[in-house]
Amino acid sequence: MGKIKLTKVAFSGTAEQEAELRAKLAETKKMQGGLMPSLQAAQEIYGYLPIEVQKIIAEELNVSMEEIFGVATFYSQFTLNPQGRYQISVCIGTACYVKGAGEVLDKIAEVLKVEPGECTADGKFSLNATRCIGCCGLAPVFTINEQVFGKVTKDEVPGILRPYIDGE
Amino acid sequence: MENMVNLKINGKDVSVPAGTTILDAARKAGIRIPTLCYLRDINAIGACRVCVVEVKGARSLVASCVYPVAEGMEVTTNSKRVLSSRKTTVELLLSDHNQDCLHCVRSGNCELQTLSTEMGCESGKFSGETNKFDIDFSTPYLVRDNNKCILCRRCVAACKYYQGVSVIGANSRGFDTHIGCSFEKNLSEVDCVACGQCINVCPTGALREREEIDDVIAALNDPSKYVIFGTAPATRVGIGEEFGYPVGSNCQGKMVAAIKALGADEVFDVDFTADLTIMEEGTEFLNRVKEGGVLPMMTSCSPAWIKFVEHNYPELIPNLSTCKSPQQMFGAIVKTYYAEKIGKDPKDIVVVSVMPCTAKKFEKNRPEMAAAGVPDIDYVLTTRELARLIKKNGIMFNELEDAEYDLPLGIASGAGLIFGVTGGVMEAALRTVREILENKSYGKIDFTDVRGAKGIKEATYNIAGIDVKVAVASGLANARILCDQIKEGKSPYHFIEIMSCPGGCVNGGGQPIKTADVRNNTDYRALRTNAIYDTDEKMKLRKSHDNPIIKELYETYLGEPNGHKSHAILHTKYIARSKY
Repeated sequence: MGKIKLTKVAFSGTAEQEAELRAKLAETKKMQGGLMPSLQAAQEIYGYLPIEVQKIIAEELNVSMEEIFGVATFYSQFTLNPQGRYQISVCIGTACYVKGAGEVLDKIAEVLKVEPGECTADGKFSLNATRCIGCCGLAPVFTINEQVFGKVTKDEVPGILRPYIDGE
Repeated sequence: MENMVNLKINGKDVSVPAGTTILDAARKAGIRIPTLCYLRDINAIGACRVCVVEVKGARSLVASCVYPVAEGMEVTTNSKRVLSSRKTTVELLLSDHNQDCLHCVRSGNCELQTLSTEMGCESGKFSGETNKFDIDFSTPYLVRDNNKCILCRRCVAACKYYQGVSVIGANSRGFDTHIGCSFEKNLSEVDCVACGQCINVCPTGALREREEIDDVIAALNDPSKYVIFGTAPATRVGIGEEFGYPVGSNCQGKMVAAIKALGADEVFDVDFTADLTIMEEGTEFLNRVKEGGVLPMMTSCSPAWIKFVEHNYPELIPNLSTCKSPQQMFGAIVKTYYAEKIGKDPKDIVVVSVMPCTAKKFEKNRPEMAAAGVPDIDYVLTTRELARLIKKNGIMFNELEDAEYDLPLGIASGAGLIFGVTGGVMEAALRTVREILENKSYGKIDFTDVRGAKGIKEATYNIAGIDVKVAVASGLANARILCDQIKEGKSPYHFIEIMSCPGGCVNGGGQPIKTADVRNNTDYRALRTNAIYDTDEKMKLRKSHDNPIIKELYETYLGEPNGHKSHAILHTKYIARSKY
């Protein structure tokens, strides 16, 4: 919650993705209430709903940009931000939270200069606060893609991130 | 015979057609239920819960604006439970509302303030987190302050259903919900047309025009400036409402007197340049018909309509008349012809136009609108702003002796006056075009088919042996229908008049604001419209081409309509703008 976060990542959609979306929209625009399935299809194809994609939907469905944006920001199933090559998820379930997950989250945000819910401008890291991931024994815990880091302190964060920042 | 339903409201027997809402049924029984988000025809969403009533047997209170009556229903609109619920609802709205009433432009005419007072709301009952929004000052015509927004969505409905534009809507959800534009852009970055209809339906001070009152005061107090005012047709039938006159009062004489009392050097009538527009636009139309130009030709008086075409139908720009609007012609003529006549440098003249419109504030800033090398128009005041300026100056409007416009640019015809209502430009043009083409003078000059409140009107007139098909639309959602016809090559018309605001300029975005209670229960547009037609009917001069000053202007300065000089001073061009 809070302010709507708009992505700083440059759009890199391909012609194939656009063709696929337009083909889908040719079906959904005939449907009553076709905006939701259109947005779902677009997110399926692109992973998120940037302005470039919403413009295509506006054109095809002949609805205004704001009507689309209103729906896209109302439902939590839609995101305006892409996922990075490294997706960082910090558990803020109850156990992790009382063990200092908030501080860990803040530290990651500080080191990577990215807000929760956002992706870095180079598309490398995305940061999300997630609900309980089911390993409270490791609290506080966060993941980078499939890799799990448990019982972390905020001071350990820079060291954990370093190889990812330096690597490709 | 309609299917009637019988019910009891506050113990009173009421009989109404099936499908009627409890709100309307109560009104019929002489019982007023307060509303907030409800606007007849465009916003019946049952969201604000201010209009709740008790229905016997119903589990909870119901929103009367959307709840249909049923046979045998027993409704109570004023039980303790109802009154307490409404009060709490309003107190909760107030808890996240910037209660800056002392400095708010809507104070005294704010629906939230009225409800709060009526319901005896207590201050500071609910305190907690509040939203803080940046104020959108990005446009020259409108200010949005979401800190005063109560999320009734009336502006969203006006933008969508009156205008078919939909640049504003509810973004995000829950406590974070706010009215905004796509991707949180400012209004200046989207295809907003500047019509101001959102201001007119806003119950609070969340939307207001961008004020130019202080600039005008500065000009009036600058001895080196020669300040000339011009007033648009519809302003005279609006301004009185701000001083307690009933809707539909023509206060032209008092308005002119008040502007003179402000210290303006001269006060002219923009109806004069409406007459001039007819000469130019009528001639342009005749030329297009004769020379096989682009048809249908569409009028260009309404700057929100122009911006709408530029964003949404750039391919129809060749259909637009190249005539500047009467406002811009006014500024252009004052700073060329009239400046020369009185021997003043156009740089020393300040032209203030008083308009029923917010889009005029956008139009005046268009860089191409500078016939004398300086902007044609310096400042635009809405009808509402003029009233505020008059009050600020301690001028007792109601007690003023009626005054006349100054000469020479204060002489105008009834044709110029009816520019203020939908169908008026068309009728004014027909009055002139017919007489020029047929080279005779008619006694009966009313073209009543193009009058009235209908969104789209059409008529065919035989003029000099040709069947001229015309259409008139007001409200851009209606204009869209006519534009789509042209795009599809199916438009049967020769000449189309469009006014952006429903009903025309009498209902413009700069006119006095009518609360929902007035909007929902009276036909205030018709009252203002009638005041215009009544005045026109009583005028001696009712055709633009008969205006002696227009004749003089062409003889001594412009040459002929659509001539070289006219083109340089009175015509303009348009640009394609992005829709997204």
